[in-house]
Amino acid sequence: MSDYPAVKISGLGFTYPSQSGSLFTDLNLEIQQGERFGLFGPNGAGKTTLMSLMTGLLPFNEGIIELNGQSIQTKDKKINQLFGYVPQDFSFYDELTPVENLEFFGAWSGLNTKQIKQRTAELLDVMNLTSVANKAVTKFSGGMKRRVNLAIGVIHQPKILFLDEPTVGVDVQTRHDILNYLLQLNKNGTTLIYTSHQLSEAEELCKRVAMIDNGKIVAHDDLDKLLVDHEQDGLEGLFLNLTGKNFSQS
Amino acid sequence: MKLWATIKKDVRILLRDKVGLTFMFAMPILLVLVVTAIQNNTFDLLSKNNISLLVSNKDTGRFSKEFMQTVDKLGMFKVVELPGKSNDEEVTTQLRNKDAVVAVIIPADFSVQLNERAKSITDKALSSFGLEGDSTAAKVNSTSALLMYYKPEIQSSFKLSIQSALTSALQMVQSRQVLKTLYFSINEKPLPDSLEDEMLNNRMAIDEKPLTRSDSKEIPNASQHNVPAWTIFAMFFIVISLGGSIVREKSSGSFIRLKTLPTSFLTALLSKQITYLVVTVLQAILIFLIGVWIFPYLSLPKLNMPSDILGLFIVTLVCGLCAVNYAICIGVLAKTQEQANGFGAVSIVILSVIGGLMVPSFAMPASFKGVMMLSPLHWCLKSYYVLFLEGGKLKDVIINILPLILITLVFQLITSIALQKKNLI
Repeated sequence: MSDYPAVKISGLGFTYPSQSGSLFTDLNLEIQQGERFGLFGPNGAGKTTLMSLMTGLLPFNEGIIELNGQSIQTKDKKINQLFGYVPQDFSFYDELTPVENLEFFGAWSGLNTKQIKQRTAELLDVMNLTSVANKAVTKFSGGMKRRVNLAIGVIHQPKILFLDEPTVGVDVQTRHDILNYLLQLNKNGTTLIYTSHQLSEAEELCKRVAMIDNGKIVAHDDLDKLLVDHEQDGLEGLFLNLTGKNFSQS
Repeated sequence: MKLWATIKKDVRILLRDKVGLTFMFAMPILLVLVVTAIQNNTFDLLSKNNISLLVSNKDTGRFSKEFMQTVDKLGMFKVVELPGKSNDEEVTTQLRNKDAVVAVIIPADFSVQLNERAKSITDKALSSFGLEGDSTAAKVNSTSALLMYYKPEIQSSFKLSIQSALTSALQMVQSRQVLKTLYFSINEKPLPDSLEDEMLNNRMAIDEKPLTRSDSKEIPNASQHNVPAWTIFAMFFIVISLGGSIVREKSSGSFIRLKTLPTSFLTALLSKQITYLVVTVLQAILIFLIGVWIFPYLSLPKLNMPSDILGLFIVTLVCGLCAVNYAICIGVLAKTQEQANGFGAVSIVILSVIGGLMVPSFAMPASFKGVMMLSPLHWCLKSYYVLFLEGGKLKDVIINILPLILITLVFQLITSIALQKKNLI
């Protein structure tokens, strides 16, 4: 395992070109190797933006973001091999089958033919997609599509996995399967960086959390410690306590 | 490996898009068939007695009948004689109601007038020879002329062809009469039929030979003109599917993931370039084969393939590459599929008009000739015409391929700048 933190953000400043004020000013955050880290906050707080910055999807001018000690702003695309990204929206080709999607994204992730075949078989099995492996994804249910979305994100066995609402819109059974799989990945050394509005699920998955509100980290610590410090018995209470809002207002 | 996987992905998506495939292959074939059939009919119209000519003959003399027979022999008109007593209104009503574009009214004094003209010319000629004749022969008073009605929708060039044909027929009848009168005045006996025939019909032939780079005397037909032109149009019309596909890719969720993977977006564009280049070449091969094998079954002239097949393949490849790069450029610049489709389609129509696909380049106004050079379709058409119409070889089209390659490089440069500005490479 690397000596560097999985993610290190120092003095990050970011402004959307179309907006006047800065979303992030001098933001600092460190996520250690092998952590299960949750990023929470109300809608518009900047969770997805921060994830986009950490994965290099958005460019920034101020500060540094490092993954395993390497700047995300490097021109060397090899850094992208370090992490996997599971976006909230389905990010695959509907017209293709799960096998074809995995074959394509596996190649783009830098795997060779043999590795792709092996990983495809493993993932289809783990995600319980073997029986529909050769059917076009467009005909799949929401839960099946979520599993395909996740499988693509982990095909290259990334060291860091960014998950943006990975279980949104799925049934209890599928959510359970996905969470179990993520816990298994973490046990094998993968750092999980996760964001969701499913706070009960987050309690199950995350060991450490950061609360973001209006582009600022308002709390950042072990979940258990935060609950004790703020005299809350659950993440939902902690969330409301720290952000001062309820869900309907956000 | 990455490129191959991307090509496989693009091909799979393409093959599963049945509507897109139909658009790419069936529509151009239909277009080539329809345009060639119509153009072929226009060619036949002027040469196979296909123009219906309504004639109202108010004259009872022999010259009007001779005139009608001469018009019939021209091989251009299908003469439909209306009752001689028809007035102008009845003739125009008939013209409106019938499938004809021209009507001619022969005035009642046509034969008298023609005879007087012939006599007047003869007298002047005899006088100039120093023979008995009246050099001051009275000028013939033209009381009425041959009246030609035409439908306003016919093009000027077409009207001019009809007018020239009728003038030629009139000239022949008049010349014959002048000859007969002159001969009779000198010899005091009628002109023998054999001599008349020889004098009037023994003209120097006009031997047609298209400007070619080979010894071929084959006259280009509608297929030779239309198949290459509309094949180019079809190839460039790929902007609809390819441009749209790039915009779809950019706006789809999969694109976000692609940007996080250790592969450049250029791989995706290179894959599209290769996949769609193959599509354009297949389009061309299919259309050419239909021209060769299917056209004759549809009573259309067979497409004669150029002798330099390798040259044809290379020209097709360069045209396809230019078309694909144009589509990629549009796809990268456009923000929405509507933008790509709308601008793509309209721009191809404009480029084909200024490129000479719809209006021949020689007929373009001088001010457009400079603009024409900027259209890649113009260079594609010139290259194909050298091969298909002039019997040229690859070496003869290099001069047309070079500007096409230059235009392709410009498209690539614009694409590259746009990709950098959009942070995609």
